[in-house]
Amino acid sequence: MLSLITILSAAAGISLAAEPAHAADAPTKLYGVVTGSNEQPLAGVGLSIQGPDGFSAEIKTDSLGAWEVLIPTKGTYSATINEGDLPSGQALTDPTKGTVKANVFMLGVELRLLFPVGPGVEKATMLERSAQLTVDGLILGLIIALAALGLNLIFGTTGLTNFAHGEILTFAGLLTYYFSAIAKLPVLLAAPIAVLLSAFISGFLQDRYLWKPLRKRGTGLIAMLVVSIGFAIFLRYFFLFLFGGDTRQLPQYAGQAGLELGLVNITPKSILTTVIGIGFIVFATLWLLRTRMGKASRAVADNPALASASGIDVQKVIRAVWILGAALAGYAGVIVTVNQGVSFLMGQDMLLLIFAAVTLGGLGTANGALVGSLIIGLFVQLSTLFIPTELKYVGALIVLILILIVRPQGILGRKERIG
Amino acid sequence: MDILFIIQQTLSATLGVNAIIFALAAIGLNMHFGYTGLLNFGQAGFLAIGAYSVAVPVISFGISLWIALLIGIVNSILFALLLGVPTLRLRADYLAIVTIAAAEIVRQIARSATFNESLGGSDGITGKFGKEFFDLNPFKEGLITPILRFNGNDLWVVITGWILVAIITFIMWVMVNSPWGRVMRAIREDEDAVRSLGKNVYLYKMQSLIIGGVIGSMGGFVYALSRQSVQPDNYGTALTFFAYTVLILGGAARVFAPIVGAMIFWFLIVFIEQILRAGVNSNLIPDWLIGVNQVGQIRFMLMGLGLMLLMIFRPQGIFGDKKELALDAKA
Repeated sequence: MLSLITILSAAAGISLAAEPAHAADAPTKLYGVVTGSNEQPLAGVGLSIQGPDGFSAEIKTDSLGAWEVLIPTKGTYSATINEGDLPSGQALTDPTKGTVKANVFMLGVELRLLFPVGPGVEKATMLERSAQLTVDGLILGLIIALAALGLNLIFGTTGLTNFAHGEILTFAGLLTYYFSAIAKLPVLLAAPIAVLLSAFISGFLQDRYLWKPLRKRGTGLIAMLVVSIGFAIFLRYFFLFLFGGDTRQLPQYAGQAGLELGLVNITPKSILTTVIGIGFIVFATLWLLRTRMGKASRAVADNPALASASGIDVQKVIRAVWILGAALAGYAGVIVTVNQGVSFLMGQDMLLLIFAAVTLGGLGTANGALVGSLIIGLFVQLSTLFIPTELKYVGALIVLILILIVRPQGILGRKERIG
Repeated sequence: MDILFIIQQTLSATLGVNAIIFALAAIGLNMHFGYTGLLNFGQAGFLAIGAYSVAVPVISFGISLWIALLIGIVNSILFALLLGVPTLRLRADYLAIVTIAAAEIVRQIARSATFNESLGGSDGITGKFGKEFFDLNPFKEGLITPILRFNGNDLWVVITGWILVAIITFIMWVMVNSPWGRVMRAIREDEDAVRSLGKNVYLYKMQSLIIGGVIGSMGGFVYALSRQSVQPDNYGTALTFFAYTVLILGGAARVFAPIVGAMIFWFLIVFIEQILRAGVNSNLIPDWLIGVNQVGQIRFMLMGLGLMLLMIFRPQGIFGDKKELALDAKA
């Protein structure tokens, strides 16, 4: 689902332009990527495409789940997925969507078709689906939590609502892709390098050369919020400029088979990245609770002036918080990249979920971010038991709004925090 | 490099349909943010509601366009109420996050296959739903001059659109200079002080949200009518952010700021794009540096960078008064 939204919103952004001239002789094609639950690409799935004038084609998805068919004329095409080719545990989440229709109005365009594949309705029992979705939800919650912790720490200490936080994930994901797919390093080496560079560039350098000067100038909080929006837009299109618009998988471990563990199916890479992620969370929590710097950061969040007066170097604390936050968010980007692939819009797609989690838990409260993240992650995945998969983010956002009616300060937020 | 062509494209964009859409979106935001201090990041949702309210009734139910416009206004009022009831009590940054979430809910529901039948899914709706509007067009031959070029339909949209903008701007000017407008600005500066005077701040904020939202949804009318189609992904968060750029460029809390901001915004965008495109096409800019398809991306990068620099170095915009708009009174 993520990738579906991303590609189309990318196209949308560009369509704001004065109408671009499509070359009429460019090939017209139907294409798509077949992915299962957890966005894992499904290879070798057969598709048949029927069109006007007796046009028909058969194709199988490649190792990345991708397929494309060039079509000769305008008209209505229909693509049917061969459900028998789906691996066990995967099936159409909506059995009526096995055939998708596409109207080709003009030549020279590319039309993307999608099939709603996920933990199958027919093949899995309600119990199995619930178990699988709970695991998926906990993993998503962990990814959100890693990003949300940093966002929340930065908000707590500096008051900055950072709309460019998602781009930290994207940047780390792109670094992982670069070191792994282009520099040919093993993923196990590429990922730590990406996290370290994320801490240094997205954390230390970003604070040192962007936000610290702004704080010194006395730029207001809402002004900084708008600056972060501008920065996010700039970075996003810079990444698009460098990297292109498609979602790319790391070549190593791309088609890793899942392990059957009791009721759930999970890939080894997913287990490993999740365990390390939990380690990061534990480390960050201990840092906050036990170390001098962690305690100082909570003091700064509470009252910067008082903290400064009692001898805490506020700028140093903020720097530490930025470095930790960027490392955590960078690792969240690594998890997404390793398991689902990386695209330039990856961070933007996560950003709303991160914000929802943070708002739900209470802006500026570190443990609130954890609770909020798990709730959002579980809710997004488990809601697909009852609502169409494509609307799962809508459900999470509606829950966010509903909870704010009852508890405007968030679940763990303190009452005086709202104005 | 064809200088005349660049001038023609740029000037047509400066006065064109997109400038009208962004002017209307930004006038609405000016009501929300400039005068009342509400950080509404869901303006794209209002435009989407307006656009879909025009397209769906006409195409799916065969209702007259003029009634569809009324439906659009009613829908945007309902959306404002729905959005306002839970959120207007929230602090500015919470409000920003919740409104952005609400706009995304609208977009994702609009593009979902579940409602494909009536809303058209991710392809949106394309059809001749503006027929009744374009039948009134007396300028069917359009305007073709060396420096300005509109086809017949665009010319009609541009003329009626700017008249609409002028009327709304006049109404805004009357409103913000009335006692009611002073209460709004007072809420922006100090909510508690206004409350202590016995004013119902919540009610005033709701009025602001509704008025700004209705104006935004009119931007959605223009967006849908001018293209005779509605695409859900045109109403993403980027639309809201660029509407803010337009507003801040002109100067928030200034009645004419959205108009000037929208014109300058589109002037710059199209001018830079045309220059880059001409440079790439004539090989003055080497292909390894910027490909033909990358000009749009460069433009978006510049838009982001522009918003950052504007906010850092001139947050009051071109016409704004730094003293009038204390952006951070409540943050």
